[in-house]
Amino acid sequence: MRISRSAKVILASFTSLILTVIYLPLAIVFLNSFNSSVNMDWPPTSFTLIWWHKAFASSGLIDALATSLLVAVCSTMVALVLGTLLAMALSRYKFFGKNSVSLMIILPIALPGIVTGIALNNAFRTMLGFQLGLITVILAHATFCIVTVYNNALARLNRLGKNMEEASADLGAGIFTTFRLVTLPQLVSALVAGGLLAFGLSFDEIIVTTFTAGGGVQTLPIWILDNMFRPGKAPIVNVVAVFMVVVSVIPIYFAQKLTAKESKS
Amino acid sequence: MAKASPAITLRGVTKSFGKTVAVNHLDLEIGSGEFFSMLGPSGSGKTTVLRLIAGFELPDAGTIELAGTDVTNLAPFDRDVNTVFQDYALFGHMSVLENVEYGLRVRKVNKAERTKRAMHALETVRLADFADRKPSQLSGGQRQRVALARSIVVEPKVLLLDEPLGALDMKLREQMQIELKQLQRQLGITFIFVTHDQEEALTLSDRIAVFNNGTIEQLGTPEELYEKPKSEFVAGFVGTSNIFTPEQSKKLFGKSGKFALRPEKVDVLAKAKSGSLSAKVEEVIYLGSYIRLLLDVDGISIKVTVSEGVFHRDQTVQINMSAADLVAL
Repeated sequence: MRISRSAKVILASFTSLILTVIYLPLAIVFLNSFNSSVNMDWPPTSFTLIWWHKAFASSGLIDALATSLLVAVCSTMVALVLGTLLAMALSRYKFFGKNSVSLMIILPIALPGIVTGIALNNAFRTMLGFQLGLITVILAHATFCIVTVYNNALARLNRLGKNMEEASADLGAGIFTTFRLVTLPQLVSALVAGGLLAFGLSFDEIIVTTFTAGGGVQTLPIWILDNMFRPGKAPIVNVVAVFMVVVSVIPIYFAQKLTAKESKS
Repeated sequence: MAKASPAITLRGVTKSFGKTVAVNHLDLEIGSGEFFSMLGPSGSGKTTVLRLIAGFELPDAGTIELAGTDVTNLAPFDRDVNTVFQDYALFGHMSVLENVEYGLRVRKVNKAERTKRAMHALETVRLADFADRKPSQLSGGQRQRVALARSIVVEPKVLLLDEPLGALDMKLREQMQIELKQLQRQLGITFIFVTHDQEEALTLSDRIAVFNNGTIEQLGTPEELYEKPKSEFVAGFVGTSNIFTPEQSKKLFGKSGKFALRPEKVDVLAKAKSGSLSAKVEEVIYLGSYIRLLLDVDGISIKVTVSEGVFHRDQTVQINMSAADLVAL
């Protein structure tokens, strides 16, 4: 499509403005993590690595990081297993209420985190009699992590169609052999993409975590919230923020690349 | 067993999808070693019958027997039939050799043995040099042959072919038709071939079942179907026919009833003779090896095929039709 010169200029300025609004604050956080002033005076007068040293020497912070990674890995695993099974069921079989089930699987990603949080908090403590802890956080995260895995797997399964599975059955393979030798190998890249997104979602989640973690469990986002306004901690929070951006962006970058590569082939 | 059971026996098989009856109370026997075709327009139920035999669909009523054994409720992997799919359904993540080995692999045949047999099957379809390629690196005709090799390597009693040549261009199609026929003779197994191409069915088959609306309109050898169609549908679907209504038959031949007449049975004469009719040429269609004329005889349009001659529109010609060539419908 051809567009006029003035339209180009206007579109370009708007795009730059929006990108600036999004990325400038992030850039400032990045710069401030090397700002030697403890009050983050602007502009920075000198460069220091002391906050990065302090951050990685803080045992509370390292524990929170380990917890976040554990939660993200475990909830992604749960999501991979359940999301794949759900996608198989909904793409390969007809049953009563199929569309409603599909909607109910996707809904958790649209539900306000605070609602999910309160609901799960109530359910875990009062109905099920669980002690809030690591397990409850993992289960809570899995509810929305399933969505990305499910969506990716479902799209792939629908694109692949049933033909190859029928051919496999026709050649004598049972249901599980067909899944292992034919379906899963063609599903792997979709599952990796979905899993990476799920990992990213879980790693920086804070609202649902707040309601389901109980006292003993501190993930990285919760550690940040707790420390942000404490005197002298702000520079370290900047370091953690930069670190989190990197950890959350890398999986999403790879997930995007995988999806783009698949859609090209 | 005193007498060998037929390869396939269907008894009273019915299958509906929602309100659509795809196959309606079908009885069918297919002999061992036969090249059997199911011919019909799309939606006539022929593919559904194939999928019922393969086990991808379960019938609502009726029974299916393979070589005398009831398999009505068996899963596809427990049936001794194999399918060549319309879109080939090759496994994209496996090499050609791995594709062909697949059926042996899931039957736990050891590696050396299955490679040997798979290579032999690939030689049969003349693709041994392509064993290491991926299906995406092959042409349509080559993929078709891989699909064939993958099915015959497990030595099924019956091979089901679902419009296997549908995606190929004309030249390749004709070549593959000859190869299929030779392969079937060489292997001696029963082929059940689904197609909507009447010429293909006539060329290949020992017997043909013409499907329409979920039932068999007529079943017979290619000659029987072509020479003695039993219904207007068969007369029109297998080859081309002139169909005369009772009034037209009365007028042209003095016979009452509905009749079919093949276009090549009509003679175009150089000059009038007794019993010949004069006809106006409405359209001339040149088809290379023959010419088709659309004629008008006193308000009745008649299709005629001639092998040579020069014709033009609005010309008047003399034709001769013999009542002996009429087929009662």
